[in-house]
Amino acid sequence: MSHKVIVPIGPYHPLQEEPEFFRLYVEGEKVVDIDIIIGYNHRGIEKLSESKHFDQVAFLVERICGICSSSHPYAYVLAVEDILGGEAKIVPERALYIRTVIDELQRIHSHLLWLGLAGHFIGYNTVWMWAWKYREPVLDMFEMITGNRNNYGMFKIGGVRRDIKDEDAPILKKTLDELMPALDMFKGAVMDDPVIQARLKKVGILTKEQAIDWCVVGPTARASGVDIDVRRDEPYGVYERLNWKVIVEKDGDIFAKTVIRILEMYESVHIIRQCLDKMPKGAIDADVKDIPPGEGIGRVEAPRGECIHYIKSDGTNRPVRHKIRAPSFMNVASDKVAAVGGTISDATITLAAVDPCYCCTERVVVLDKRDNRKIMSGWDLIKLSQDKTARLKKEMQINE
Amino acid sequence: MNATTKIKEKLGKLIISWQESSPRRIYFSVAQEDIFKTAQFLFKELGLRFSTASGVDTHLGLEILYHFSDDKTGVIYSVRVLITDKNNPQIDAITPIFPGAEWIEREMWELLGINFKGHPNLKRLLLAEDWPEGNYPLRHKDEP
Repeated sequence: MSHKVIVPIGPYHPLQEEPEFFRLYVEGEKVVDIDIIIGYNHRGIEKLSESKHFDQVAFLVERICGICSSSHPYAYVLAVEDILGGEAKIVPERALYIRTVIDELQRIHSHLLWLGLAGHFIGYNTVWMWAWKYREPVLDMFEMITGNRNNYGMFKIGGVRRDIKDEDAPILKKTLDELMPALDMFKGAVMDDPVIQARLKKVGILTKEQAIDWCVVGPTARASGVDIDVRRDEPYGVYERLNWKVIVEKDGDIFAKTVIRILEMYESVHIIRQCLDKMPKGAIDADVKDIPPGEGIGRVEAPRGECIHYIKSDGTNRPVRHKIRAPSFMNVASDKVAAVGGTISDATITLAAVDPCYCCTERVVVLDKRDNRKIMSGWDLIKLSQDKTARLKKEMQINE
Repeated sequence: MNATTKIKEKLGKLIISWQESSPRRIYFSVAQEDIFKTAQFLFKELGLRFSTASGVDTHLGLEILYHFSDDKTGVIYSVRVLITDKNNPQIDAITPIFPGAEWIEREMWELLGINFKGHPNLKRLLLAEDWPEGNYPLRHKDEP
């Protein structure tokens, strides 16, 4: 019995936080092909950017993503500063440190958010509740520095908009100290837990060759043994002067991706502490007036990987062309190889942001050999389930 | 021997112009018909990572910049290609070399109307299904 069944997940699904559409082609439990359909969230920001002046664009791109909301403005200001001669040349010292602090705080909150969702998708809701609980103090730190929990409005061409007050630094350090036991707990809860290991190891594997061919970035690439990190390869902010390391794993499975994200949070805490200690006094803004004609590329290591912006200026106060490439643009496409070959129950965590609803039986469509579509009845599904139980019993040599 | 020297040595004749706007930003242009060969050399032989491609509508024609990143040195090599025929813009797809270029070529196809020859799956990526044919949002209005 080999039915090829299409399981549509999305575009609007109760357990998805964003609209996207995965069409899984399954044979029994096995995913044999996948169609990824995106575009439900396309807002034409590249086009809109051409009608805003250079200062406004930083606010516009901040609204691309609510989770890594400082990566896009940072990559954008780096691209414009590339036209002006480079970040290191024009941005004041203190602003470089503040930029680095914001970039790393964001990495911690984004990784905790992912960890919580990942726990939720594999049915480990305690991790979900805890991860999101300990994410709150990180958002409080953001509120203290920037006035906002999200969409910080910190980045401007030539500097930052708000300073970190001297009296805030000890409170930030104390909050980071309090975060460490929570990170230790997650490290223990995830890395030493036999159930999580059984659930995530050897699941959704992306080999090193596949990672290179699909040009994936960030933790997705590093989990497959591709040693890339923009913070080290093309340092911005003050990363070059700090002591930290890039975490690389080689298995390429979901477990490796989880380990990378957990260990990266330790590095982030380490980086922020060094920044708060070493931060010099002084100006935070270079007060840039005009943007000369030219083209520039800026990139940062967002929590999900390399985020790259290309700006072309003709000397007016607006960009002529603004190309944005977010890390997920490369990473989501690689689901095509990571999810295929696995089972449908693993697809949820492999696609990571998706949880299919098996009750939606009317939405299951069967293709027969002549490619005629028909809706499966409840009885057909019961039959399918009985067939599977019989097959499993046979495989496990259980006799009644 | 670093990537810059290798590119100049191997692609020498194909390179039309070479510009280093800063030590880590290198732009060079090749002819439209040489893009497949260039991308194959940069990706397969030099092992550079394909970052993305930017399509730009200019008054001379449609321009594509293929950004390749050398993660060992932090240099971005941007290969510039100009397609002068705006009415029927065509160029060889680089997706057959590596699948990582599939989505960005689909995006440029629908937003700028560039036809990628040899692309295995040229269909809409971002725009809605009922978006009118032949209306390319990132093309600029013709100047009077």
